[in-house]
Amino acid sequence: MQLEAEAPLRRTMDQHERGWLDHPAIAQFLRNRAAVASLVILLVLSITAAFAPALAPHNPTQINIVERLQSPSLAHPFGTDQFGRDIFSRIIWGARLTFFYAFIAVGLAGAVGVILGALAGNAPGWGDAVIMRCMDILLAFPGLLLALVVLTILGTGLVNAEIAVGISLIPVFVRLVRGAMLSVREREYIVAARVIGCSPVRLLTRHILSNVWSQVAILATTALGWSIVIAATLNFLGLGVKPPTPEWGADLAAGRQWLNVAWWVSTAPGVAIMIVILATYFLGDGLTEALDPGLRRR
Amino acid sequence: MVRFIGQRLVTTVPVLVGISLLVFLILYLMPGDPAQTLLFGTNATPAQVAALHHQLGLDKPLYVQYVDYVGRLLRGNLGESFVSQQRVGSVIMAQFPATVRLTIAGMLVALLVGFPTGILAAVRRGTWLDSLASGVSFLGVAIPNFWLAVLLILIFSVKLNVFPVLGQGSLRAIILPAISLGWGFAAIITRLVRASMIEVMNQPYITTARAKGLSGQIVIVRHALKNAVIPVVTILGLQIANLLSGAVVVESIFARQGIGSLAVRAILAKDVPLIQGIVIFVAVIYVLLNLLVDITYAFLDPRIRYG
Repeated sequence: MQLEAEAPLRRTMDQHERGWLDHPAIAQFLRNRAAVASLVILLVLSITAAFAPALAPHNPTQINIVERLQSPSLAHPFGTDQFGRDIFSRIIWGARLTFFYAFIAVGLAGAVGVILGALAGNAPGWGDAVIMRCMDILLAFPGLLLALVVLTILGTGLVNAEIAVGISLIPVFVRLVRGAMLSVREREYIVAARVIGCSPVRLLTRHILSNVWSQVAILATTALGWSIVIAATLNFLGLGVKPPTPEWGADLAAGRQWLNVAWWVSTAPGVAIMIVILATYFLGDGLTEALDPGLRRR
Repeated sequence: MVRFIGQRLVTTVPVLVGISLLVFLILYLMPGDPAQTLLFGTNATPAQVAALHHQLGLDKPLYVQYVDYVGRLLRGNLGESFVSQQRVGSVIMAQFPATVRLTIAGMLVALLVGFPTGILAAVRRGTWLDSLASGVSFLGVAIPNFWLAVLLILIFSVKLNVFPVLGQGSLRAIILPAISLGWGFAAIITRLVRASMIEVMNQPYITTARAKGLSGQIVIVRHALKNAVIPVVTILGLQIANLLSGAVVVESIFARQGIGSLAVRAILAKDVPLIQGIVIFVAVIYVLLNLLVDITYAFLDPRIRYG
């Protein structure tokens, strides 16, 4: 009797769950194996990064000259570096820095970019022009150059390097959001909403921005990859972290001197960076396919 | 056409003004008194700081200083490096040719690798050659140039001893830096050429050319490639600027001369006038290249001119 009473409930729950997985965007995403694998890799790495103190087998800055430049072994899966530090532990701690700051840099760029982009997309002509000319100026500094300007003003260091990365990503978000808004604004359903008396604020948050978010999510994924590369580059050049902080770019640079005797010192951080970039790349690809109905495979 | 160029020139002016303003403000956005910043590291007395303060015109209103600064820029005066006391303009011009050589070499690598691979992948679409080309170009996008440079040094200099690790001047010494710089761009070209070749190969005029009995090679080179080149040309100009910023990394790794390694040294030494000079120099080149690309493109495609 009891079972019979529960049955309909369970059926609706089943349906609900199936409904969730059956959503065309998610179904499409799950069909893209590279994207799913990338998502898993990024999640595992983020969790590893979050629990680095518990997961790293050794202290990443513990110098042990006796064990210096040992090749990969059971005790040290990725070998040891020129100071006998465990590279595996340094990679785990490096992931912590890499992910934490990449999220902050992209979050900063995304937040400022979306706000400015939304303003530009809705402001009167001159306001739009002012914002976009400012963005043109930022875009006139190719890649690293803007980061170098920011580092000159703020001084070198990890936090400043990440602020530099964040600022250099802002114009991309502004352009995307503004462009998306301009194209969405003219669609019939927006005109219809306006005609039935929808307030401008509601129109913006409820109807326009909701159609822009998916594109922002895709860009943010790609930007995560970029910010990791730029940050690693700045650290590689010695403009970011100071030793002995474990960081992939800086560790890769330090390992260069030992290439002829210990290739693994530079290789481990190099491969780590590559995996993360590939993962963000495939994830961005999968999201684009899943969130853009026009590209969805049927 | 003249009208288009005129309009495009007009939109360039505010960008140039903005760049000069931002670069001018670097010194003032830095914490502390600019005169103190300039004398950083020297044992300057307060009187010397005050003298420099006056000499630099820092006691004038900010807008007067900016106008003075732009006036000096327009006369080609970028100031003096306060580390070497040399004129910034001549320091940059001494390093610039090395960067241009490296950029051209990187561009050549990108074109020589990217075009044939892209064409091959498109023509042999769906075969293992296509997969190989796609795989390599994926890696090209995913490997940051500094990691590629280290890998190349490890393989070709340390293990095989074919190319020198450092140094410049000789042709052999530029090969590894050029590959490090150009590989990512080669990957982009491969994917672009492949995509546009595939699109063009499906056009009716290709079928017509085939139906006329022309050989496969003639159709590919004369009919397909010619039309597939256009999108590549567009990004070529923009990528030159990206190659310039890639040079920052590659020059530092291979200890080559050039603007890039100069910039890194200037930042580590807090040589503000030199940094300002480099930034404005590269940014202006970038803006002018963009202008040139737009004009070239409008010249090639009338729709843009009248759009």
